Amino acid sequence: MAPEIASKSVKLNADLPLDSGQVLSGVEIAYETYGELAADKSNAILICHALTGDQYVASDHPITGKPGWWERLVGPGKVIDTDRFHVICANVIGSCMGSTGPASLAEDGHPYGMRFPVITIRDMVRGLVGLLDGLGIEKLHTVIGGSMGGMQALSLAANWPERAERVLVIASSARHSAQNIAFHEVGRQAIMADRYWNGGDYYASDASPDNGLAVARMAAHITYLSEEGLTERFGRNLQDRDTKSFGFDADFQVESYLRYQGSGFTQRFDANSYLYITRAMDYFDLAEEHGGTLANAFAGTSARFCLISFDSDWLYPTAESRHVVHALNAAGAKVSFVELCAPHGHDSFLLEHEQLDRVMRGFLDG
Amino acid sequence: MGSALRPDLAAIASHVRPNSRVLDIGCGNGDLMDVLEHDASCDARGIEIDATCVERCVARGLSVVQGDADRDLANYPDKAFDYAILSQTLQTAERPDKMLDELLRVGNQAFVSFPNFAHWRTRAALMFGGRMPVTRALPVSWYETQNIHHVTVDDFRELARAKGAKIENAWFFAGEKKIGATAANWRAEFAVFQLSR
Repeated sequence: MAPEIASKSVKLNADLPLDSGQVLSGVEIAYETYGELAADKSNAILICHALTGDQYVASDHPITGKPGWWERLVGPGKVIDTDRFHVICANVIGSCMGSTGPASLAEDGHPYGMRFPVITIRDMVRGLVGLLDGLGIEKLHTVIGGSMGGMQALSLAANWPERAERVLVIASSARHSAQNIAFHEVGRQAIMADRYWNGGDYYASDASPDNGLAVARMAAHITYLSEEGLTERFGRNLQDRDTKSFGFDADFQVESYLRYQGSGFTQRFDANSYLYITRAMDYFDLAEEHGGTLANAFAGTSARFCLISFDSDWLYPTAESRHVVHALNAAGAKVSFVELCAPHGHDSFLLEHEQLDRVMRGFLDG
Repeated sequence: MGSALRPDLAAIASHVRPNSRVLDIGCGNGDLMDVLEHDASCDARGIEIDATCVERCVARGLSVVQGDADRDLANYPDKAFDYAILSQTLQTAERPDKMLDELLRVGNQAFVSFPNFAHWRTRAALMFGGRMPVTRALPVSWYETQNIHHVTVDDFRELARAKGAKIENAWFFAGEKKIGATAANWRAEFAVFQLSR
């Protein structure tokens, strides 16, 4: 899949050195902006997207036509007020919405496929910093991210501490847990087991590993929800039938829902990108990058931090946020932290939540 | 300064040096922190167990971490603060003695305020009523109260002595009114101590 994507894009001037030791040349970063940049460039907010997110944070998705993934929060008069702030959201490298990734053409004119180098969260942030350099933005008012976006925000704060005054991290972590890695491995194996995956070389063929990618999405989607949320929404209700079929159709509503989520996802996402981005998340361990002590990652920082977790999030549980908060305390950083009550698991950061709005607004104003 | 504050907090606010680093443990809605940051240019941080209070603090632009003082103080480095403040929280701690050690580890000085269980009203309620006191200083029944370690002014003095802490200052209150130190163990509903080590 190589969708035509109408987005702003910059080509980075310099090669991008990667944590693997490899170098990525001719890197494109696709991005969207909202609101005017102040003359003194003091009002820029960078929003970092999650695993399957993209730059369309507050505008319609060019493939699905759905509203932006955080349109609830980003816009005129909203929590991230585009009347006041210049909001930047860029597609990470390795992804498939216009920034350089495995579906992009390598120097030989063919898609990278699995020749694309394995990247890390810090590599993604290198790309984002390259974009900020290109835009002439020295210092962000705030860097914001949920889930994988939060990892990027933490990585930016740790490795480019002078680039952001405020760091807002929602439902995230400074390291991927064994459980997180395990779920990602299920997804990757599902993709690689698809007969159409073909070692990642499928861009020229009529078929792509949609079945594998759909199963990966289904497994991951469960981790974004909560048992309470699933029970409340679906229970054991049957889908379009009165009795069980004694077969393997989607008898249950929850099955039907997951299948719909899985197949919908394949319309907008590249299977190889899914492999590369999940790998980057699995490799993420901010303490490891800083001598094994997380507090060292934030030594001497003058940024203000705010971390938010949700009590029903078992993918990035509150303990992971607390772990970051303790390190920030040890480093003497200004930090706020709150665990919010929400029934919908990890996905809560994308959903309506009045307390979340108030905390975010207060932090951005403070 | 601090005119709208609770009397114990006002006493603390007026004895914190401007521009100092302060940790407010059990900071509630952040009233004291707000005064210290805005009127005394302090660098104030807070710990608060209640999520709604934390939300209000963050919405005020304060740096407050939702957490439990019994566990989370351990993560702060030695002498990270000029002052560690524990207002109306000592009696809820799992181990007030260890809490006091932690206060004087993370702070050069500590302020501790608490309701005095030896106030005459409390004594009278127990002596003549034979029931656990419910007074204006201790308004919650024994089965609902967070106060698991009731303490008196004399008990606290003894704990400070045993811990090798020096009492720099002490203030006593009956209701909203500041009173003298004479017979404070009888007369004070609340006490505030400033300690160093």
